[in-house]
Amino acid sequence: MKISTRFAALGAAALLTLAACGDAGDDTTEAADNDYEVVDSPEFDAGTRMAEIAEAGKVKIGVKFDQPGIGFKAAGSDEPTGFDPEMGKILAGQLGLEPKDIEWVETISDNREPFLQNGTVDFVLASYSITDERRQVVGQAGPYYLTGQQLLVAADSDIKGPEDLKGQKVCSVTGSTPIKTIEEKYDVTPAGFDTYSECVEQLKNGSVDAVTTDGSILLGYAAQDPDALKVVGEPFSEERYGIGYSKDSPELCTFINDSLTKAFEDGSWEDAFDATLGKSGNEVPEAPKLDACA
Amino acid sequence: MDVLVDNASLILDGFWKTLQLTVVSGAYALVIGVLVAIARVSPVGILRGFGTVYVTLFRNTPLLILIIIAYYGMPDIGINPGFFPLITIAMGIYTSTFIAEALRSGINGVPVGQAEAARAIGMPFGMTMTQVVLPQAGRLIVPPVASVLIALVKNTSLAGAFGIAEATFRMRGLLNDHATDRWWIFFGIGLGYVVIVEVISLVAYLIERRWKVVSR
Repeated sequence: MKISTRFAALGAAALLTLAACGDAGDDTTEAADNDYEVVDSPEFDAGTRMAEIAEAGKVKIGVKFDQPGIGFKAAGSDEPTGFDPEMGKILAGQLGLEPKDIEWVETISDNREPFLQNGTVDFVLASYSITDERRQVVGQAGPYYLTGQQLLVAADSDIKGPEDLKGQKVCSVTGSTPIKTIEEKYDVTPAGFDTYSECVEQLKNGSVDAVTTDGSILLGYAAQDPDALKVVGEPFSEERYGIGYSKDSPELCTFINDSLTKAFEDGSWEDAFDATLGKSGNEVPEAPKLDACA
Repeated sequence: MDVLVDNASLILDGFWKTLQLTVVSGAYALVIGVLVAIARVSPVGILRGFGTVYVTLFRNTPLLILIIIAYYGMPDIGINPGFFPLITIAMGIYTSTFIAEALRSGINGVPVGQAEAARAIGMPFGMTMTQVVLPQAGRLIVPPVASVLIALVKNTSLAGAFGIAEATFRMRGLLNDHATDRWWIFFGIGLGYVVIVEVISLVAYLIERRWKVVSR
């Protein structure tokens, strides 16, 4: 018995340590308490995917869990926070579903297309840049946000922009677009990890010289630890975040675009931004122009 | 198919890194493994104890956890030689335990009667080992050591998510860019690993054949 109590104590200590690590402890990761419009019994044509989801009363949305400001789930919390989950709530509202009817699924850069194809999720809102290649296998409506690739470096670093990076180690997520762009354009040594948070750890302990991905994500990390990290340089790519859906249900495109247009007009898109990305000092950008549905 | 041809240099570059990882980790594993195996069969109690603890500790820890300890623990105590040394040390230590056990099983696999018979006809200890025990042990360990090295080749794919641009890293990059050619990419990268593994199998086969007992 004595031994088992000791192990229990150890376990509890370990859990506490984990919880302490997971607690980012600042307002970029706190839940936004915006209320978005929930349409009362919305009307959809029979047989459409929208009608099916509204009927089922449940929607599965894939978001990132490790990007403060965009999509982040703190250890011990039930719900992800950030701009993408907020947009997910707006979308769900247009299907007549409350935030509590949403099942949040963690998607990483690698599994977004497979998750849409095999129905693990209904929508992907996971800093999901629109590309022609991706549009061949899944649907992407939007964009609902524009950003560009930037650099996150240590606060005392001499790196001022991507030109200073030649031969340096630059971290990003394995298999993502930013890591390919930086290697091709600026001749750096790519260092791939599974998540951006691991990259930020490696930056803090000096194993890599910079972390690169969309500026919006980097600003979230810089805001968490402004004494140690800073975002430098002008954006050197254009990323257009879209909402992913399965190609089996092309009717979703029009629905998503209509919902986005509405959100741009009634101010809920702006509210979502203010409550999340806007907190790290960003001005609300202009609403992007939506791509037409095929 | 085009995706493999167009990105051939990138893929080959990745497999070059995979090979480097395999060779360096494999060298660590063989050197440490031999030392640990000798410790485990030695007549000195303290060495046997050390060998047993080493094998128990590192063989029973998942490789991923050893890598994470190396990556986050060592820089924390001020040791940060870079990604390649860190990951090859972690993989070398992990793999060395399997090498050590393969060697030990080989040495123990030679019946005691062989050594006794050699001594009985007047061979000194050194000659008994070099002429009777080790040649038979060597033959016994070729297949298990080859298996351990083959497992190591595949384990190096973990490095793709630990800052090293090896073959699996390249595969994941290509998958992201060429969502329509997934099967070709899996096939091409898989084939690359098969080639490396087959080379190891072939070398093992040649050694085994060379050392085979010719029955007459």
